[in-house]
Amino acid sequence: MAGVVAAGLGPHSGSAVRFENNVATRDPRWVKYLIVGLGVSYFALFLLLPLIAVFVEAFRKGWEAYIAALVEPDAQSAIRLTLIAAGIAVPANLIFGLAAAWAIAKFDFPGKHWLITFIDLPFSVSPVVAGLIYVLIFGAQGWIGPWLYDHDIKIIFAVPGIVLATIFVTFPFIARELIPLMQAQGRDEEEAAITLGASGLQTFWRVTLPNIKWGLLYGVILCNARAMGEFGAVSVVSGHIRGETNTMPLHVEILYNEYQFAAAFAVASLLALLALVTLTIKTYIEWRAARALPQEKTA
Amino acid sequence: MSAARSHRVLPGFGLSLGFTLAYLSLIVLIPLSAVFIKSTGHGWENFWTAVTSARVVASYELTFGASLIAATVNVVFGLILAWALVRYTFPGKKLVDALVDLPFAMPTAVAGIALTALYAKNGWLGQFLEPLGIKVAFTPAGVLVALIFIGLPFVVRTVQPILEDLDAEYEEAAASLGASRSQTFLRVVLPTLLPALMTGFALAFARAVGEYGSVIFIAGNIPMVSEITPLIIITKLEQYDYVGATSVAAVMLVVSFVLLLIINSLQAWTARQSGREF
Repeated sequence: MAGVVAAGLGPHSGSAVRFENNVATRDPRWVKYLIVGLGVSYFALFLLLPLIAVFVEAFRKGWEAYIAALVEPDAQSAIRLTLIAAGIAVPANLIFGLAAAWAIAKFDFPGKHWLITFIDLPFSVSPVVAGLIYVLIFGAQGWIGPWLYDHDIKIIFAVPGIVLATIFVTFPFIARELIPLMQAQGRDEEEAAITLGASGLQTFWRVTLPNIKWGLLYGVILCNARAMGEFGAVSVVSGHIRGETNTMPLHVEILYNEYQFAAAFAVASLLALLALVTLTIKTYIEWRAARALPQEKTA
Repeated sequence: MSAARSHRVLPGFGLSLGFTLAYLSLIVLIPLSAVFIKSTGHGWENFWTAVTSARVVASYELTFGASLIAATVNVVFGLILAWALVRYTFPGKKLVDALVDLPFAMPTAVAGIALTALYAKNGWLGQFLEPLGIKVAFTPAGVLVALIFIGLPFVVRTVQPILEDLDAEYEEAAASLGASRSQTFLRVVLPTLLPALMTGFALAFARAVGEYGSVIFIAGNIPMVSEITPLIIITKLEQYDYVGATSVAAVMLVVSFVLLLIINSLQAWTARQSGREF
């Protein structure tokens, strides 16, 4: 996953014309139609159709039922909790991402390769296991569960547990975006700034940040999408208390299991909309990055 | 490089590395170590009984089997879609290219209920499949459909940049030496794409093995038939069987570690092969 996300910011030449005009790389017409037909059918069947289904099912009972499903108190509380969890998890992982990328890209130290592998770890851990680990520590049977119980501190089946699980599953997003970017940019510009008398913070704000802003935004929006949409990890630590510890994806599950399909899809459509907005911003950033690159080369 | 090593100009090394290590340990490493300590804390015998009971073994077979098939489907069709996106112009191409990442951005629970609605017996697709005797929703086939969905972008996105960077001159050389188009593809293009294809396969497989949200709605969750391993962990946890849940989780974690190491070396191989920084 990390490699895929990181590779996304590369220049997208998108000039299929050069292949189609070259005799050596041009495929016969029937091959082209077959490949495009198969590829687009696969895309439509597995991606487009589920996306359309979400919105069609959401409006099955009309606008009024749709709005009613979104304004009822439990839905409102789920939306609020989702915003809180993402509002804490994303800035926390942003600070971590900046610190990790600064240490890894700007300095040499032994074990760097292992550190990067460990940062990737949450990507390959099942979301269910991600939730379970916090139950093992903070739960009633956990390492510090009894102590927390004595001091009346609730983490599992409460908001802190949900925030922790969300931080875990979105842990690598921003770091993995920034590390290759900052490594590619090297350290010459920062070293020049320091040599000319800039302080560390000035160097970061005026030199490093402008260079990484698009990659940073890219990591933040992907991190945010995953934070708001996380289901498995949050499900384990939430306890599913309606109006208290339900996030939007968990609210969708409850409604769906109660056969309130239109309401479930109404809340789900908000999350699908978030996904579409995320992809739109992502495409815009890639377009900016692709446009910025040739300009720098000619300058 | 060597000058920076002996004499650091930039500030903040201790602070940034210290914070990174502390945060990594507190959020990831210490909590993960709890799985191994707790799962073996009640003796090897309990651990072994928990991870080899018939119901758990049936869930491994489903989880790993369906993940293998889903990743294979995604390799074949992911290559086809990546080829179409890089090599051809066709209407709607930009939209397809932008939406390929949908499974990364769309919450798994949303995907799960949408796929279930499509494949249920009165759904858009289910109503045509059911008369043919093909049941997808609430069977292992449903698990497969969900895993194909969540793994779809991986192969496309690993193959696409390699295919874009591939110089036309290799194919020109092959063509001028008299190779047919299919020979050129099989002998020249495919070997170059192999590391990227394997990386995409491994990423899709790793994601599928741990997947929970999109699967549980469509699977029907029948023990011994359509119950995935992550669900077993949740079921055991809800029955307060902490040792059982933790033991199965430990098995899944070991698999995750092994897959992570394989993916890392595959990515390094891809980078070397294409001379491109990943």
